[in-house]
Amino acid sequence: MSAIHSTGAPTRNLRRPATAVSNRSPDANVARGYHRPMAIYLDHAATTPIRPEVLEAMLPYLTEHQGNPSSIHASGRRARQALDEAREEVAGHLGAKPREIVFTASGTEADNLAVRGVAWAASAKGRHIVTSAVEHKAVLATTAVLERQGFEITAIGVDRHGRVDPDEIAAAITERTTLVSIQSANNEVGTLQPVAEIGGICRARGVAFHVDAVQSAAFGPPTPDAWQATLVSLSAHKLYGPKGAGALYVRRGTAMLPQLSGGAQERQRRAGTENVAAIAGFGAALRLAYVEPTPMASLRDRLIADATALEGVELTGHPTERLPNSASFVIEGVEGGDLVAALDLEGIETSTGSACTTGSVEPSHVLLAMGVGPELAHGSLRLTIGRTTSEAEIDRTLEVLAGAIARLRGLRAPATATA
Amino acid sequence: MSRIVAAMSGGVDSSVAAALLARETREEEVIGVWMRTHGDLPEGYELSRSCCSPDAADDARRVAQLLNIPFFILNVEREFGERVIDTFVDSYLDGATPNPCQACNQYIKFDELLKRGLGAYGADVVATGHYARLEHRDGRWRLMRAADADKDQTYFLWVLDQDQLARTRFPLGDMTKPEVRAMAAELTLPTAHKPESQEICFVPLGDYRELLEERRGYAGEPGPIVDADGTRVGTHTGYAHYTVGQRHGLGVALGEAVYVREVQPATNTVVIGRREEVAQRTFSVDGARFTAGEPPSERFAASVRIRHRAPDVPAEVTMVGRDRFLVETADPVWAPAPGQAAVLYDGEECLGGGRIARGA
Repeated sequence: MSAIHSTGAPTRNLRRPATAVSNRSPDANVARGYHRPMAIYLDHAATTPIRPEVLEAMLPYLTEHQGNPSSIHASGRRARQALDEAREEVAGHLGAKPREIVFTASGTEADNLAVRGVAWAASAKGRHIVTSAVEHKAVLATTAVLERQGFEITAIGVDRHGRVDPDEIAAAITERTTLVSIQSANNEVGTLQPVAEIGGICRARGVAFHVDAVQSAAFGPPTPDAWQATLVSLSAHKLYGPKGAGALYVRRGTAMLPQLSGGAQERQRRAGTENVAAIAGFGAALRLAYVEPTPMASLRDRLIADATALEGVELTGHPTERLPNSASFVIEGVEGGDLVAALDLEGIETSTGSACTTGSVEPSHVLLAMGVGPELAHGSLRLTIGRTTSEAEIDRTLEVLAGAIARLRGLRAPATATA
Repeated sequence: MSRIVAAMSGGVDSSVAAALLARETREEEVIGVWMRTHGDLPEGYELSRSCCSPDAADDARRVAQLLNIPFFILNVEREFGERVIDTFVDSYLDGATPNPCQACNQYIKFDELLKRGLGAYGADVVATGHYARLEHRDGRWRLMRAADADKDQTYFLWVLDQDQLARTRFPLGDMTKPEVRAMAAELTLPTAHKPESQEICFVPLGDYRELLEERRGYAGEPGPIVDADGTRVGTHTGYAHYTVGQRHGLGVALGEAVYVREVQPATNTVVIGRREEVAQRTFSVDGARFTAGEPPSERFAASVRIRHRAPDVPAEVTMVGRDRFLVETADPVWAPAPGQAAVLYDGEECLGGGRIARGA
């Protein structure tokens, strides 16, 4: 009988002017939602801020140079020049030839193209792929699809630090193996993999070797020759470039089936009009990436030392063979997502481990592969520092972290067990 | 700054509740939270009709963005699985009728959200889009029926205690559903025209039998359907597939409407009866809780409601120990189903309730 109540019930709420809500301007009430100006950003493994120089390099291709790089006319040629220059820039850092670089829209797309493209191109020869249990989902979800399509997949385990043993790779390779895919550094726990050693094995066995270098490229140029890699994936936004640009190095002579068809772009290996501005930004970001490397390892080590001094906080990943900016932990008695939210409300931006799986209820596959129990794996926290991270920000983070952990523990403990 | 957690399901009610808070609250920060209650579908698949699907999370997030409030997803899959889904399944296996929305309110929305919300967000108050009101009178919090009698949800909220009531807000308590929809439209919230969700969120297709098999390995074994005299009149597919008061799906033709009167797990038997045989005047109730912490007295008059949307009827309530009571209604009530809540009211105030016991 809602009709009766719709006239009789108090409606004071409705008579108020809808100030905060009706104002749709993104600048309104900024302080309440997000954009805290003083936020401490410790999630550089998820993405990095664009450098001003990179933005400057991109802007002309979003404004006056609007042409399609495949067009014959002058605007098209101008855009094409930007692509060519970016390709030379990327190739130069990798010690590769420009034609060995395929631009993609992301690191994930580069991984997909490498794994699917080579697996199918070589499928007449064999249908076995070797990878590791701690790869990014861009590789593992792709090999899972291939498995359903009849490929055999071997995912090598790792030790408690997340390291792959090259001997296990060697033992896993069979005559039917066509591809080995191993990351240079883990995105969740920062552990570095012995890719050069693995590359040597692959070379000796005549198997293509893909290195997902998305996470490590900010700290040193990928070296396909030293790694003896056939394919290398990169992403611009992990090294202070824009989102929306990635690249795959494909060694000359590698058979690879395109995954997007419909155009002759990227030497027929990746159809679709190129994201010219983002690719120009990618080139600019790489140009700056290795000029004056910011030392981060000492800040990282302080963060690790002080955080692990807290009770029930344990480092994950390798103690020394790890990315210089990455500090990752498991914390007893705490749900990682709750801790990240608590830190966020204090203006500190962090992650449970991987932005790509945030919101998932499954504990991290990386931590599980390292032998961390599922309960403890739910308490993961990743802090990744960047070029501008200061000593003071680390101090503040450690202070807030200690308080947040105590608060979360104090309130979670026995209540779920009763009643 | 103190904070309020607004539980956002992605439906229109909780969207407007959050909007009212975001608009009115000045001293307190509002945090929008969507609770993930059950797992994801495999990558590349899409299927969702229910309130706890990823689509619902998208809607909730979109509303939070428009309200300019922080938004987080809280994983409660384990707690929901144990406290709501398993309890739901076990209730059927017990020959009873489950009450999952009330279990979700009790253990998830208020218990878990209050507890986790305090830790994670520093919030000590939870707000939901339920239609109910709160009053603080004579030294205690009182749970009151909603202004919109048609939408009143106190039937699912009787489990809340003083501590929980003190930390709860129901911003929609004074509003009617049409007013809520009108406000959502006025604020151009994307959830303004979403249809009402009626089904149980974790049983999107309305068939719980698969869940019995999946969670507890109960496939169902055929057994007898008997009438009041014990005469076999048909065969059922497994006792747990039936609930008291059920009319359809019995496959029994006796020339008049018949209903499930009792479900007997021990003998895998379903007892049916004619309409008047299914009505009762007395039944006993377990697991009693009172919003005040105590019953009004050992024996008191109240009106009792035994299912959502059923009218409540005058009754005499007699306490049997601390957590059981006996209900005697003035007139027979239709099919009190074991497992369902019997909720007690004194006028507009919800006093508490309990679960209807077997063999009452």
